[in-house]
Amino acid sequence: MRREVRFSGFGGQGIILSAVILGRAAALYDNKYAVQTQVYGPEARGGASMSAVVIDDEPILFPKVTRPDIYVIMSQQGFEKYGVDAPEHAVMLVDSDLVHSRPAACTCIEIPATTEAKKTLGRVIVANIVMLGAVVTATGVVSTAAIEKAVLDSVPKGTEELNIKALQRGFALGEEKKA
Amino acid sequence: MTRIEFMQGNTACAEGALAAGCRFFGGYPITPSTEIAEHMARRLPKVGGTFIQMEDEIAGIASVIGASWTGTRSMTATSGPGFSLMMENIGYAAMTETPCVIVNIQRGGPSTGQPTMAAQGDMLQCRFGSHGDYSIIALSPASVQEMYDLTVKAFNLADRFRVPVFVMSDEVIGHMRERIEIPETVPIVPRNGLEQGVLPFAAGEDKIPGFPEFGRGFGVHVTGLTHDERGYPEATDPKIHAGLVGRLVAKVEDARHEIADYSVTSEGAEIVFITYGPTTRTVRQLLHDRPEAGIGHLQLRIVWPFPEKVLQAFPKARAFIVPEMNLGQIAREIQRHTCVPVVSVPKLGGELHTPDELAAVLEGLL
Repeated sequence: MRREVRFSGFGGQGIILSAVILGRAAALYDNKYAVQTQVYGPEARGGASMSAVVIDDEPILFPKVTRPDIYVIMSQQGFEKYGVDAPEHAVMLVDSDLVHSRPAACTCIEIPATTEAKKTLGRVIVANIVMLGAVVTATGVVSTAAIEKAVLDSVPKGTEELNIKALQRGFALGEEKKA
Repeated sequence: MTRIEFMQGNTACAEGALAAGCRFFGGYPITPSTEIAEHMARRLPKVGGTFIQMEDEIAGIASVIGASWTGTRSMTATSGPGFSLMMENIGYAAMTETPCVIVNIQRGGPSTGQPTMAAQGDMLQCRFGSHGDYSIIALSPASVQEMYDLTVKAFNLADRFRVPVFVMSDEVIGHMRERIEIPETVPIVPRNGLEQGVLPFAAGEDKIPGFPEFGRGFGVHVTGLTHDERGYPEATDPKIHAGLVGRLVAKVEDARHEIADYSVTSEGAEIVFITYGPTTRTVRQLLHDRPEAGIGHLQLRIVWPFPEKVLQAFPKARAFIVPEMNLGQIAREIQRHTCVPVVSVPKLGGELHTPDELAAVLEGLL
């Protein structure tokens, strides 16, 4: 089954990296097909950034996301640009500290990823990994084992422990909120 | 052993180049091709190669031409305005019959245009952008896997034909990440060497002169001026000029059907999509979603030289639909080779055609 995931936030939050890690988890560790793409402007940080992953059991033909099933929104501007029209069938995870709006039509799951990263883990930079963990347990889009391996592949040496902690915090939050 | 990776198109291009034995990269970083230069800068020193960031793209391609004359497989990668800057020296590479690989990760133009968005607007520029008559080879990948495979192929074709070979990709494929199988080894077709006693620009039946190996005592004069078989300038003899330029074009064009690289789906179809690069993916999706429509598809992986005979693969065709991320550059080329009506589906703005957009075109023709 084809599943489309759209991540949005501001440049510098690790929006593109989140999508890369998710795609990697599916393609290398869950034995599925995945394509990761992105939209970004010439500015490096601060602008609204969007990245996307398509995951399927069969080879992926059209590589771009057209009808997202899962939205992961980490900034208000990102919501306005890429999340506001989310259709009824979709599930949206929002960083509840940074996104004030809520989608009108679809299910919304509030994850306080930035607060969690700052207060519990002491490093705001892992907010995207907290969010990623929540996405996995709330939607089952990839397995927890696969995402763990993909996170370890992708983060800088010396930060593995912090990132795995962040991921596990995310797993718990996603599990808690999915019902 | 084959290695499975989840890799970006630009990285796959660089890895393909390294596997093909490329050991020199000269260039200047520019979005959306920069990851190729970055990856080569990181990897080349570890395999005994050389990476030089030149002062601009003019110098970038010049350094590639110089490196190639030492016998080293050499490349550059660029986008948008960088490609325009390379045009004069691309003509020099064609005239001096210098094998080299030029990767263009196409973005929206003209001018600075859309640095981070995709386009296929340089398909005619790569064929005709330098002054005078000449011929080149241009490849167009539709996946990260093809980015790797066609980059390898580009080096082999460049060495065989002694021409600049272009990997005409774009931001969609360059920046997309997907699963790729990296083979343990790739086929390598080395340059034909020049034999002692043979004039350096004298060619046999295949019209391709042997390449003088550097450091073996060949005293070769290399010039962008019209030259005779010795390589000496002969810029006023009409016969020599016509013979030389005629040979430069014919050595590539005569081989167009032999080197053609394409996939044909549903030969009996009446409506046939023709694509190269990322629009291939949109059409494959459409074929998958609408199996009952009986649509045909031709994907070209080598666009130049244009292998026009392949159009005959669809004897029942009543329309060729050509979606391109430009205003119909290759649709015009197709048009001049066929009586079948050609429907150009241009798209500007930086986004890939969607399956819905092509389905709407199809509806109008069914």
